[in-house]
Amino acid sequence: MSIAINKNKCVGCGRCMDVCPGSLIKLDGENRAFIKYPKDCWGCTSCIKECRSYAIGFFLGADMGGTGSIVHTEDEGDILKWVVDMPDGSKMVMEIDRNESNKY
Amino acid sequence: MDIKRIQTDVLIIGGGTAGCYAALTLYEKAPQLNVLICEKANIKRSGCLAAGVNALNAYITKGRTPQDYVDYARKDADGIVRGDLLLTMSERLNAVTARLEELGLVILKDENGDYAARGNRNIKINGENIKPILAKAVEKLPNTQIINRINITDLALKNAEVVGAYGIGIENSTVYIIEAKAVLMATGGAAGLYKPNNPGFSRHKMWYPPFNTGAGFAMGIKAGAEMTTFEMRFIALRCKDTIAPTGTLAQGVGAKQINSRGEVYEQKYGLTTSERVYGTVNENVEGRGPCYLKTEGIDKATEESLMKAYLNMAPSQTLKWISSGLTPSKQNVEIEGTEPYIVGGHTASGFWVDTKRRTTVKGLYAAGDVSGGCPQKYVTGALAEGEIAADAIARDIKDKAFVSIEQSDIDIHIEEIRSFITKKEALFTAEQLEEAMQTVMDSYAGGIKTNYRFNEKQLDIADIKIKKLYELSEDLFAADFQELMYIYELRERLVVCRSVIAHLKARQETRWHSFAENLDHPQKDDKNWRKYVNSKFENGRIKIVLRELVGEENSFEHSYQ
Repeated sequence: MSIAINKNKCVGCGRCMDVCPGSLIKLDGENRAFIKYPKDCWGCTSCIKECRSYAIGFFLGADMGGTGSIVHTEDEGDILKWVVDMPDGSKMVMEIDRNESNKY
Repeated sequence: MDIKRIQTDVLIIGGGTAGCYAALTLYEKAPQLNVLICEKANIKRSGCLAAGVNALNAYITKGRTPQDYVDYARKDADGIVRGDLLLTMSERLNAVTARLEELGLVILKDENGDYAARGNRNIKINGENIKPILAKAVEKLPNTQIINRINITDLALKNAEVVGAYGIGIENSTVYIIEAKAVLMATGGAAGLYKPNNPGFSRHKMWYPPFNTGAGFAMGIKAGAEMTTFEMRFIALRCKDTIAPTGTLAQGVGAKQINSRGEVYEQKYGLTTSERVYGTVNENVEGRGPCYLKTEGIDKATEESLMKAYLNMAPSQTLKWISSGLTPSKQNVEIEGTEPYIVGGHTASGFWVDTKRRTTVKGLYAAGDVSGGCPQKYVTGALAEGEIAADAIARDIKDKAFVSIEQSDIDIHIEEIRSFITKKEALFTAEQLEEAMQTVMDSYAGGIKTNYRFNEKQLDIADIKIKKLYELSEDLFAADFQELMYIYELRERLVVCRSVIAHLKARQETRWHSFAENLDHPQKDDKNWRKYVNSKFENGRIKIVLRELVGEENSFEHSYQ
């Protein structure tokens, strides 16, 4: 369970670092975020929701059945968009209306 | 290394569910008091609610009463609960829920404008942003200061009274010495004592937050506080691999537990929380595994709603469904038990508190998962306990003056920190000793490896090994304050492990399958064990104290010497 940070997209704002409940994300010498302790990620996706550059993706470790899909979120006001990039290049998008309750 | 001294009327250790709500209450009840929240992460997404939560599971629905909730929790724990604590909590569940809605939480309503219930005690919400909502409200309080990224490691005591605490700033290499008139312990419970389900790369993909390391329990134990019911471990029944909650499937869409032959087995074992885990373990042991929640055949609309519901609480499960293509309508969801956690919000482990949530150590209060005797509190119960403790603090410290922490006590703490950071190298790392601890607990104290079962001889071995690991931890080396936090977290867990072992050994019966499955005493023994197992750490030893049950007719108060 961990995250992957795309260095080319990261702008070094530090929002992910500020919010991580495990203090696991740091800035490197080039002022880009990196996960210093990847095995310690809880998979809470807090950092992903903070990232305005969509630079962080969350994936399942191979030891828990991960097959390479990576998910990030896009904040569109009332809508939180979850975008899954599949290994074959396809995408799947799920939209959550923040004003709508779960049905179950 | 810098040293910073702070004085505050009230110190709240942990800015999670209970801690945040205590701060909100303190501002309402006593706005003149200065409040300091020390949080080891950032209150915006710290604690159990970081990813969100899918339902509020402790609510008094229409036609039900607080007493019904007490009865339910008592039955689930087979009698070993504090009636007074459950009732005082239950009476507040609906008011704190209304407050959450005022703060911005989305709650589903029916056509009459009432909250739509999911089962007898649960209501449906969109809880993805529940923690940011709480945090935002706390950040607005003019009397409350929040320090993020500070790990409180010890309580400061004077004449057997808590007068403050010590902490380390993990990003600014600062030692904090904090004097307070009252300290509220709200750290949450303990994960990571036992070897987790996925011990490799995904070792932290557990249900309970891996950053809840039992700090509050350990600080209380070391301060001589009486603790209760550590033997009632919580083992959650969860979706395999992702360790995502199952309630949304079981209660939300009525999915039944079935074995690999397709037989519904839950009726065979009973429906309490521990029986559901035990049944799943036993079906596997007897060759009928793996076990599943039966979701095959649900319709497309239900499936989509389920996938969204999981995104709002445990997104790894939705990702697993999407990436494998094996969505719940196509494949039943495999389930397994987690490693055992010690968590007072689900089972009854924690501080032995009175009805006002005062601990047995003067000046120290406890709320939420760190507080014992009051299981099934979940989110709203933790809020309620934060409120109850804050009420008591506001009253108790009205005329109280600060008590200075002794310099000699400060020197001991600074020296301990120095000993970890001034070494240049060490044979072992905190990570290695943590793995060793988890292996010991897994093998000898009823972990996943032994199907949660243990006997007294195994517990004796576990105790010797855990004591040794604590000794070894004294020689660890930290290159920075984050590593220093890891050393303290390891030592907290080791302290908690010793208490868990002592409690498991003390209760000479099996009242709860899996949670405390004692092979030397495999039967329930109502004649001798309708009692609390409590403990106190005295002169380096854990002293077990058995206490009679307390019902809701009591208002249990501590008297301090």
